Amino acid sequence: MNPPKHLAEPLDEETRRDLARKSRRGFALWIGGLVTGVAGIRWLATQSNEAGIPWPLRRVLEFNEQVATKLIGTQGRATEFPMNAAGEPRVNGRFGLKEQPIDQETWRLRVQNDAGRSAEFRLADIQNLPRHEHVTELKCIEGWSQIVHWSGCRLSDFLDHTGLARQGAGQDLFPYVGLTTSDGAYYVGLDMPSAMHPQTLLAYEMNGKPLTPGHGAPLRLVIPVKYGIKNIKGIATISLSQQRPADYWAERGYDWFAGL
Amino acid sequence: MAWQLIRKHSLPTRVFHWINVVVLSIMIWSGILIYWAHDVYKIEILGITLFSFFPTWFYENPLWSLDHRLAQGMAWHFAFAWIFAINGILYFIHWCWSGEWREMVPTLRSFPDAFQVVLHDLGIRKEPLPPGKFNAAQKFAYCGVILMGLGSLLTGLAIYKPTQWAGLVTLMGGYPTARLVHFALTIGYVGFVFIHLSQVARAGWNNFRSMVIGVELVPKD
Repeated sequence: MNPPKHLAEPLDEETRRDLARKSRRGFALWIGGLVTGVAGIRWLATQSNEAGIPWPLRRVLEFNEQVATKLIGTQGRATEFPMNAAGEPRVNGRFGLKEQPIDQETWRLRVQNDAGRSAEFRLADIQNLPRHEHVTELKCIEGWSQIVHWSGCRLSDFLDHTGLARQGAGQDLFPYVGLTTSDGAYYVGLDMPSAMHPQTLLAYEMNGKPLTPGHGAPLRLVIPVKYGIKNIKGIATISLSQQRPADYWAERGYDWFAGL
Repeated sequence: MAWQLIRKHSLPTRVFHWINVVVLSIMIWSGILIYWAHDVYKIEILGITLFSFFPTWFYENPLWSLDHRLAQGMAWHFAFAWIFAINGILYFIHWCWSGEWREMVPTLRSFPDAFQVVLHDLGIRKEPLPPGKFNAAQKFAYCGVILMGLGSLLTGLAIYKPTQWAGLVTLMGGYPTARLVHFALTIGYVGFVFIHLSQVARAGWNNFRSMVIGVELVPKD
């Protein structure tokens, strides 16, 4: 409807009063609403940080995690692609990686749990477990993605093999898994259901070749239910725990769960 | 000539509209913080880059900083996505239930009419447009932006949980495509907002006021 262009014609008294009343009420509510909204956002932005983000946003990320684990689920399978779709991902993080190739003879993977038990494993122990391969899309939290062909053993098979994943004989699994590099410079935390996912691998090969140092030789995690940040390279220690393990990027503002 | 007040925009529509103004602003801002971390999209013709999303000055300038804030961007985006989605779904339910869709959904006639509206708005066609709450071009624009909202929601969910909702990702054309479409829709909103604001400015105070107070002054027959 075109606006009236010749308001020289006066409004009749009743219409004028009606318009004035509706305008007063309408604009009061409108300004009040917008001011409240903007004040709310300002409040949110100025709250004290908890691990890099305002604490109320941390609570929302935790709420989203509850929705993800209880409603959406964590056991959906990542799409698998044909072998010829695989390519080389970029080396995007060197935290905790050694520049020199690691001596596979002396290399050991240490596994420990909150019950105070621990054990060490050779690479051959891991390679002797059933081999699994998949061609899946590695998704970096930055936004890029790359289809890669991974080979290794299932983390679930390995954890069963260690006998350290349960809180006691016949008891429940520990709820959390923490993984760290040899120097402790990079570390990730996982919820047990995501760790036990059948596509979660302790990978020793990428695109049919042993891992290079830049991609985490001799052993890295491949976990398609998480962003790339959780796919830790150069694993040296695996810890089973009651408490949520520390996570390098979660301490720097990112979601601890980071589930896909 | 005398004037009368007629009801134009219902209270729910106004509330949903103004909530969306604030929430969509937050979504676009936080979306840019996220996009910065992998800002690869550009408009290219015959190998010549016409525009790159986005130039450095856009991220880094004294007025606002949009660089190196991926983690914050994700936290804000995944918090306000709830409000964006719930507000949009409630509006859609209201839109269907109240019958407001009848005045907005284009018909076959709207195609030639929309062309006439464009000619009119460019000052080429001088005759007045046929009366109605929304002209044909508005019908396309408003229904289009509702569909874009649905598109943002679906592509957003696809890139949010691409493993759990692998089927949705496939439906959206794969993960990189879903991300591109999610971004393109955002650019679409920015374009929509520019045209919308200039049209609101042209339509004048009486029209703008009706989106705040609900009623508009029209000539009495």
